[in-house]
Amino acid sequence: MSEAPDGPGAAPDGAAAATDRGPVRHVAITGDPLDAGALLACVSDPRAGAVVLFAGVTREVAALDYEAYVEMAEPYLARIAAEEAARHALSAVAVAHRAGRVALGEPSVLVAAAAPHREAAFTGARAIIDRVKAEAPIWKVEEGPAGRVRVGGMLPSPPRPSPTSP
Amino acid sequence: VRLSVRLFAGLRERAGAERVEVDVPEDATAADVLRALDLPPRACVVAVNREYAGPNQRVRPGDEVALVPPVSGGAARWRA
Repeated sequence: MSEAPDGPGAAPDGAAAATDRGPVRHVAITGDPLDAGALLACVSDPRAGAVVLFAGVTREVAALDYEAYVEMAEPYLARIAAEEAARHALSAVAVAHRAGRVALGEPSVLVAAAAPHREAAFTGARAIIDRVKAEAPIWKVEEGPAGRVRVGGMLPSPPRPSPTSP
Repeated sequence: VRLSVRLFAGLRERAGAERVEVDVPEDATAADVLRALDLPPRACVVAVNREYAGPNQRVRPGDEVALVPPVSGGAARWRA
């Protein structure tokens, strides 16, 4: 094994090396069960005094069956994570969303947000999950006693044609 | 120009296929794609090369074109 890139001598300043990684540490759409502990480990950061983990969990129905336009949804989740990390000054963020069948009680989406203080961690995580639900090309069907029922949703908005000043 | 359009969710189920072929004029826009498929403008958003497109965005041969119906990621329903 060669020396780790952030090992002694690789960077003059360890904190700067951590910053250089950028805040988006992990984004995935996966058919495998989501691992909250692994996602929390992804957002470990020496600048963060607060970490919020949001889990969206299947409730009331036997299962939810997710379909994603993976080639678009994965980069889109990364963009949402990057934009909200910048807006809320998050130290680190990670997002994971299931594809396929998610049984009652299992998480279908996890958002982890780390920030120096709790207010930014809470508001940042909230902003990310709200945008994931409203914008990412992901769909679900409920599997219940009445059979399969497609869940209605939100029509994503295309970006405005003319940029406006902030 | 013939485009191959990817379908998802309810649109895919209704068509019984993951793609449809559609003929549009040379200078077609995203709105023209919906019109050619007899879809009302609010039924879905057109994605061109994995980005949401406004109705006036041009669609060129070789672009990856997909129809994105209302999305429902996350675990909860949208509440009115």
